[in-house]
Amino acid sequence: MSLTLLALLVRAAGLTVAISGVSIALGLALGLFVSVASLSRRRLVSVPARVYVSFFRGVPLLVQLLLIYNLLPAAGIDVPGVVAAVVGLTLCTSAYQAENLRGGFLSVPRGLLEAADMAGLGAVQQFRRIRVPIAVALTLPTLVSEAIMILKASSLVSVVGVVELTRMAQDLASSTYRPLPMFATAGALYLAIDWTVAGLGHALERRARWGRA
Amino acid sequence: MTVDWGLLAEKLPDVLAASGVTVAVWAASAVLGVALGAAVAVARRFGPRPVDLALKLFVEVLRGSPFLVQLFLLYFGGPFIGLSLDPIPAGLLALTLYGSAYYSEIVRAGFAAVPAGHVEAAACLGFTRAQTVLRIQVPEMAVLVLPALVNMTVLLLKETAVLSVITVPELTLEISAIGSETYRFVEALTLLALFYWGLVEACGGLGRLAEARLSRFRFAGP
Repeated sequence: MSLTLLALLVRAAGLTVAISGVSIALGLALGLFVSVASLSRRRLVSVPARVYVSFFRGVPLLVQLLLIYNLLPAAGIDVPGVVAAVVGLTLCTSAYQAENLRGGFLSVPRGLLEAADMAGLGAVQQFRRIRVPIAVALTLPTLVSEAIMILKASSLVSVVGVVELTRMAQDLASSTYRPLPMFATAGALYLAIDWTVAGLGHALERRARWGRA
Repeated sequence: MTVDWGLLAEKLPDVLAASGVTVAVWAASAVLGVALGAAVAVARRFGPRPVDLALKLFVEVLRGSPFLVQLFLLYFGGPFIGLSLDPIPAGLLALTLYGSAYYSEIVRAGFAAVPAGHVEAAACLGFTRAQTVLRIQVPEMAVLVLPALVNMTVLLLKETAVLSVITVPELTLEISAIGSETYRFVEALTLLALFYWGLVEACGGLGRLAEARLSRFRFAGP
């Protein structure tokens, strides 16, 4: 493994991290929206949200990505591969995050909302200042494992032509005829990224607990 | 969007064969994965410390890296160390190893979740070690780990779609081929998505039924 090849893989790993990071963040925003909708008392709002969650959790990500790649041009929308990849990963992770956040919203203690009522907070204020922060804090551990899932799942966008870490390893493997070191190095880079994220997550959780005590 | 039913009827035998491959690879990897995962969990719990550490590394590496990269490493890298496999065996092996890492963690959590008091109570009542395992630990664990097992098995089904990348003739590959042959990609992929969605939802439903059946004898918490 020469340094030039390693540098190429590391740079491609940067794209993997960027694609995953953007998708996680957008997925959190969209997931928040979907989870609130799925908890609505109006069935016209909650049923579509639940179908959305069920669909994107029930279909393999590869199939979703293939569908989006073929659907966008068919609908006359021409976007670069990276954008389509982010759209696919965002839709998928938003469904998982919506399901996690739903649990978070349901475990916000009732007493806190009653206290907020007494303190004169309106519904919007309660939502912004009490329910969302607590639901997100409660789902932080699952958010970290979801981030790791998406980092790993982002390898699938290689199949639809985005040159991130897995695709770079594939290209280098076929140009050097040495698949073993290329894929092993790519795997090691994924492990390094995942374990870093997991470590950061643990540190964040400890801090959150420490702050609460 | 229109579905060309004539075309679909013409391709139906191929599609059925391919869905057979998907279901067969999925079922085989789930069964083998649970068996291997249980073996790993038992070896880690009762084996010597070096074995535990080696298996921990095995599990963490498989859980920390993408399945696609593991599949490429095995399928394209394997021949360089004398392991030349056809697509189906390679896919089955990769999926089994990947699943076993997750299953072993589920079984490990199950072991830990059976209250020590129940095992002690069994010993007091004169149960032999084998009776304790078969009548107390395994049934209690089965209830506790069932949701996680079902979840992981559903995940494994979705992971079989990835095997299309190394040309395992399963459903995603077949449908993609039909799509590019007929230029009806969107229709073909939509039907494919509906197939997986239905199967996943059906599995989830079966899992909930099994859970209800298995938890009959479970008492309410203290």
